This record gives sequence, structure tokens and C-alpha cells, in this order.
Amino acid sequence: MILKPHRDDVTVIAYYLGKVIIGLGLTMFIPAGLGFALNERGPALDFLISIELLLLIGLVLTSRYRSEKLLGWMHGMIVASLAWLVAMFLGAIPLYMSGHFRSYLDACFEAMSGFATTGLTLVQDLDHLSYAHNLWRHLIMFIGGQGIVVIALSMFVKGFTGGFTMYVGEARDEKILPNVAHTGQFIWLVSIVYLVLGTIALGIAGLLNGMKPFNSFFHGACVFMAAFDTGGFTPQSQNILYYHSLPFEVITIIIMILGAINFKLHYHLWAGNRKEIFKNIETRTFFLTVMVTFIIVAAGLSQAGIYPKALLLFRKGFYQLISGHTGTGYQTVYARQFINEWGHLALVGLICAMALGGAVCSTTGAIKMFRVGVIVKALVQDIKRIILPPRAVVMQKFHHIKEVFLEDAQVRPALMITLAYLALYGIGSIVGMFYGYPFLESLFESTSAAANVGLSCGITSVDMPATLKVTYIIQMWAGRLEFMSVLTLFGFIYATIKGK
Amino acid sequence: MRAHKHTDERSLIVVAVAAALLSMFFLQGFVFAQTVPSSELISKAKEYDGKTVSFEGEVIGDVMQRGDFVWVNVHDGTTAIGIWMSKDFARSIAETGGYRKTGDRVSISGVFHQHCPEHGADLDIHADGLQVIARGMRLAEEPHVSKSKLALGFGIALGVLWILSLLNKR
Repeated sequence: MILKPHRDDVTVIAYYLGKVIIGLGLTMFIPAGLGFALNERGPALDFLISIELLLLIGLVLTSRYRSEKLLGWMHGMIVASLAWLVAMFLGAIPLYMSGHFRSYLDACFEAMSGFATTGLTLVQDLDHLSYAHNLWRHLIMFIGGQGIVVIALSMFVKGFTGGFTMYVGEARDEKILPNVAHTGQFIWLVSIVYLVLGTIALGIAGLLNGMKPFNSFFHGACVFMAAFDTGGFTPQSQNILYYHSLPFEVITIIIMILGAINFKLHYHLWAGNRKEIFKNIETRTFFLTVMVTFIIVAAGLSQAGIYPKALLLFRKGFYQLISGHTGTGYQTVYARQFINEWGHLALVGLICAMALGGAVCSTTGAIKMFRVGVIVKALVQDIKRIILPPRAVVMQKFHHIKEVFLEDAQVRPALMITLAYLALYGIGSIVGMFYGYPFLESLFESTSAAANVGLSCGITSVDMPATLKVTYIIQMWAGRLEFMSVLTLFGFIYATIKGK
Repeated sequence: MRAHKHTDERSLIVVAVAAALLSMFFLQGFVFAQTVPSSELISKAKEYDGKTVSFEGEVIGDVMQRGDFVWVNVHDGTTAIGIWMSKDFARSIAETGGYRKTGDRVSISGVFHQHCPEHGADLDIHADGLQVIARGMRLAEEPHVSKSKLALGFGIALGVLWILSLLNKR
């Protein structure tokens, strides 16, 4: 028998949701402040109105549904999944008010793409967007990359102590430090230190590129936020092509790779344990999959014969590959060039890279290296079992911070999540094909959305059908949260309707 | 008389055909000098590769100096394309597009590259001519009366609610 959720369950969910909304509202002071400082009055007012509205909603929820009840697993999961939807709807308000979106759905698409660190965009006339709105587009990637719920609460809302359940709900299943609030603060510390260093590096590159000083550092900060959080938005419509700069490409590659590394590994590297990077299952798997997928992409590009020199093939191929593999979505080719010029083999290599993703507990989406590594190890173990005598004891080990013996308890969830991702990529492709897009293009765009990458072959545009926009929004949301909290939410809704 | 008339008609036809052939011959060299939209340059890049094209649009963002040359990005309403030009050409650009300002509208003629070997295989145009068609301008800030009223209204509502929630706590 399915039990109908108790009123207390709704109260505690609404209470924490209210806190998240307040946290989100407070972050809007950053673009609002920039808008006022640069005398962008209209955009500043957009953010002021949004802040007031969010604080109003947050205050109503927290005072009306005051709760001292501790969060259970179900509550945490539902708060996490709902918070991302609410963040999308509310985060889209200032974007829509900018007048750069054809519909509220487009603004919601942009907001979800930002929060989920995807990078697919539906903004119109981006090159004339205000600095304040542009900062918000990148800031939501920074917030989303760290995890809206736990990080926002641990930083902006007083009295937040518990919440491991919400941390897990946001697809972070590894605690770096014993306390989840400290874990959240460490993630912020890493991100802010890199933000300063990355902004300086990109800012200097911008100055050397001949950009104006303010623009250099503004672009530096925005591009850093989107690269480290493996997002993919840029302040200009041409993406990374705008800069025409090799140093800029090299720096962004380094930042994208840093963003794709597990925060736990960052912690150990910061603590001086540098050997970990060479032994860790995720970094080893990442190295191997980058090699394999790049060979496929390079073979495809070579077959297509479009780049006149091997060095140019490497520059274009490797950049898009790292961008896709880390789930960033930065491009140094135009979207239609993928389809018109790259050829099927190179595209398949790129789709594979996008589908695999970076490390768990990082800012990337997709299947992720830990799961790929564990599945491969399990496969090797099974092959050994077949080959070796029946009495032989076959043990498989891997290194992830410490030596770990492979068990079914690790393999099973890895396989389940992998299957769920493959299904998600497939569903999006079918919807794309339903609307008449060719198979490879549909698969490319669907994988990009569900794996939170952001590379586009041109399907994502304001003119695509609304159903496809909604499909991609759902893919971005479910892909970012890795299904569990989303499925819990569906279960909760079902129990509310059918339960007794 | 009739024979003379026929001769005139025939010579007219010959002249017309010759003119058409000549114009086709000459136009072949310059056909790409007609303005080509970015969508066509990207979709038919191979066809235009290495040819002289004319491209028209608004200068957006930064004018980025690199030695004796500069990069500017020109947006034709669909997509922006990078234009590599000499510093002298760039001097005629006064305004670039951004928030509350439109950039100069320029017409560029130059060699189109599908994968420029000089610039990391980027799709670009190396300009050998630039003409400013229309000057850009800064746009005045709107008064935003309705937004100001909305902000004030929400501000008052928020203040009242905040005070009420504080009173409730006590």
C-alpha cells in the first residue's frame, strides 16, 4: 500500500525550499550591484524586482511553513529536485525582463541550461546584452556547478547544519570533509581561489589580445565561471571564436580540465598528495578515454580532409573534444560546421566523449569516469573468472583516494546510472527525430543536453519546437541531478495522488 | 527594306548575346564581391574558400589589436564573423556594438577562408577593403517608469512582510 505523504512532509519541504529561494534571491545582488555601478538602470531594476519577488516568496514559505523537523532522505531528495525547477522559473525572471528572449520558455531554457551547466543558449542578440544580465548568465553556472541547494544554503542562510540528503540529491555522493557544511565551504574555497587565478590569467590574455581592460577582466571572470563549472556560456555570440586567440584556448582547456576533476581529488592535491592524480581511477580513465575518443575524432577529421595541416587538425579537434568530454561546450567552430564539415566518424567520437563526461563530485554531467572505470574493471574481473580455473579467487582492485576492492555494490549503481543516461540520450534523440531532424544531429544535440555539455550542431535555436525545448530542459535537469532525486519527486507526486 | 530590318534584328540579338556572355564572364570574377550573408558563408564555406567576398554588418565587441593588424567581429544579423584587417582600416571604425549602443555598419571586401591556415583554422575574412555604411550610436536610457513602480511596490510589500514575520517570531 502506498502511503499518502503527511502534512509535515510538505511543511519541511516547503520550509527548505523557501530558504533556497532566499539564498537565490541574495545572489542576485551581485548582478544588481554591477548594473547600478555601470549605470545600467533598466537591468539593475530587473534584478531589484526579481530580488524582491524571490525574498517575498522565500519569506512567505519560511514563515508559513516554519519547521524544526530534521530532513529525511525523501525530503532532501525532493527539496533538491524541486529547488532546481524553482531556480529555473525564478532565475529566468531577470533574463526574460531583459527583452532578449522571445518567450518565457526560452528564458527558462536559458536558466536551466545555466544552472545545470549545460551551455545551450536561446538568448537573442547576445552581443547587445547588458553586463548585468550577462554576469547573471555566467553566475548561475557558477552557482549550479557547485550545487544550488547545499552550497547556497551553507553560504547564504544562517543555521544550516544538516543536509547530507540534499547534497546527495544534487548528485554529490562523496563527502570531502566529515561535515557537509564544511564540504560545501571547501568547494566554494576551491572555486573562489581558482576564480581569482583564472580571471587574472584570462584577463591578462584578453589584454594581450587587444581587448579593453574592463572587458578583458569581465570576460575573464565570465569565461572562467563557465569553463570551471563546465558550463559553456560566453559573453559574446561567437563563443570562444570571438577571441581569435591561442593563449585563450590553452587557458580555457586547463580550466575545463580542472573543473572536470573530482573536488575530493582537488582536496588531496591541495593537501600535497600529488601522487593521487596518477593513481586515481578517474584520472586514469579520463586520460584513456580522451586518448581513444581523440583518435576517433582525429581519424574522422583526417578522413574528411578539411584541415590543411595536422597541427590545425589537432587544435580544432582537441579543443572541441576536451570541451565535449569535460561537459563544457565551448566551441571554436560554428555549430553548422560540425554537420557540414566534420563527417560522421568525427561526430561519433565527439558524441562518445560527451556521453562519458568528467569525474563524479565535479561540476560535469554525463556518465562520469568513476562509473566507466568501475564497469571496465568489473568486465575485466568477469573475463578473468571465465579464463582462470574455477577455484581461482579473482579479486579486482582500484585506487580512488585509497585502495578499494571491487564489489557488486559499486558495480550495480554504476551500471544502473549508465543505463539511465543511455536511455536519456536515446529519448531526446527520438524526440528530435520525431520533429524531422536527422538521426546523428538529434543524437548529438540530445547527448549534449542530457550530459550537460552545450556543444550544438545547430538544432538548438529559438525556432525549434516548444516540445523539443521542454524535452531538453527535462534532460538537462534529470542529467544534472543524476535521476535519483528526480525519480523520488515523481514517486512523491504519485503517492500524493494515489496514496492512502 | 524587310531584309535590312532582319539584319538589324539579327545584329541586335548578336549584340545582346555578346553583352550577356561578356557580363557573365566579367561577373564570374566578382560574383562573390556581392554581399554574402554569414549563413551562406558558413553553409557553403568550401565554395567560397579563397574567394574574394563582400560581407556587411555591425561591428560588435572589441577591436582587438595584434601588431599591425586588428581583429574585429562583424555581425550581419544572423552570425558574427571574424575579420582580420590592417590597423589603417580599423581607424575608420568609431563605435562598436554593445549594450545600449549600436556599432558602425561596415561593408568589408576580402578573402574568405573556410579554415584559415594563418589563424588556427578559424573561419574568417582577411579584409582588403572597408567602407563604413552607417555610423553607430549610443542609445539613450529609457525612463523605466513601470519597472520603478513595480520595484517600489514589491519593496513595500517585502518590508511589510518582513516586519510581520519579525513580530510573529516575538
